[in-house]
Amino acid sequence: MLLKRFLPLGAFLVLVLLLVRGLSLDPTELPSARLGKSIPSFNLPVLDAPDMRSSEDWRGKPALINVWATWCFSCRVEHPYLLQLAEQGVTIYGLNYKDEPLKASQWLVDLGNPYAETVVDQSGDFGLDLGVYGAPETYVIDAKGIIRHRHVGVVDEQVWLEQLQPFFEAD
Amino acid sequence: MARWVLLALLVPFMALHANAVIETYEFSTPTLEARYKALSQELRCPKCQNQNIADSNAPISRDLRAIVHEQLEAGATDEEIILYLVDRYGEFVRYRPGVDTNTFWLWSAPLILFVMALAVVWIQIRGDRKETTVESNEVRARQLREKYGEAPK
Repeated sequence: MLLKRFLPLGAFLVLVLLLVRGLSLDPTELPSARLGKSIPSFNLPVLDAPDMRSSEDWRGKPALINVWATWCFSCRVEHPYLLQLAEQGVTIYGLNYKDEPLKASQWLVDLGNPYAETVVDQSGDFGLDLGVYGAPETYVIDAKGIIRHRHVGVVDEQVWLEQLQPFFEAD
Repeated sequence: MARWVLLALLVPFMALHANAVIETYEFSTPTLEARYKALSQELRCPKCQNQNIADSNAPISRDLRAIVHEQLEAGATDEEIILYLVDRYGEFVRYRPGVDTNTFWLWSAPLILFVMALAVVWIQIRGDRKETTVESNEVRARQLREKYGEAPK
């Protein structure tokens, strides 16, 4: 009898727990399907240089891969912080995603260049292989070229300290 | 008159809607086109949460539609195309995700809820039966007799 009386209260508490959990989740934050795997192979031209780069060239040390484009507003927002990170000695590779190379070069001249190098993915094919669904996105790769983390959206100090930096300390 | 003015005011909105229709693809066979329609209905846009790629205007959906078209024409099976996209974007892109440890509860929830509902119904029925015992019937009969008197013989 006592059980029957408290059953609705129990059910209500369970519901509250589920709802609180639901509210604290961010449905736009998807884990990358590529976590724990090597970066997909690519062979792309370097921005502002006649060279080509492949996935092999980005091995050897942990680094960030930052997906950016001049049409992407949030990329402009995170750009100053990327410059700051580069100054601290973090290796950042740029992936210029579905953009016009001329505009991209001008962007780096105007705003500064935080990238060790930038490859141009004009068709978006490499972005698709990587699972990019919108810029900006930032991936952490380790020294073996394995994808460790993906952050969708602007990288700022909080994101760096909480999500990205731990991967650099481990190595 | 007023009705015609109203109708005329609505016309531009109809045109807007027609413009929202997204690009069309040519298919070599009607079967491919039907499969394209089915696939783009059940693949989910990674960027926009609750839209399939057939309805979404997001650039990523346009890319994914192009991939589906290209691979269909190249002779890929539906499973191969879905696998290709799941590899890149995760189970999220499927509106009918496969059964794995993550989706086990999702798939089994209907069955579990059905069993729970049956249990509740069973308990209720059993409770009802318990209340209509011989004693309770006799009490009720006595009450009715007191109210209306004995039934005529």
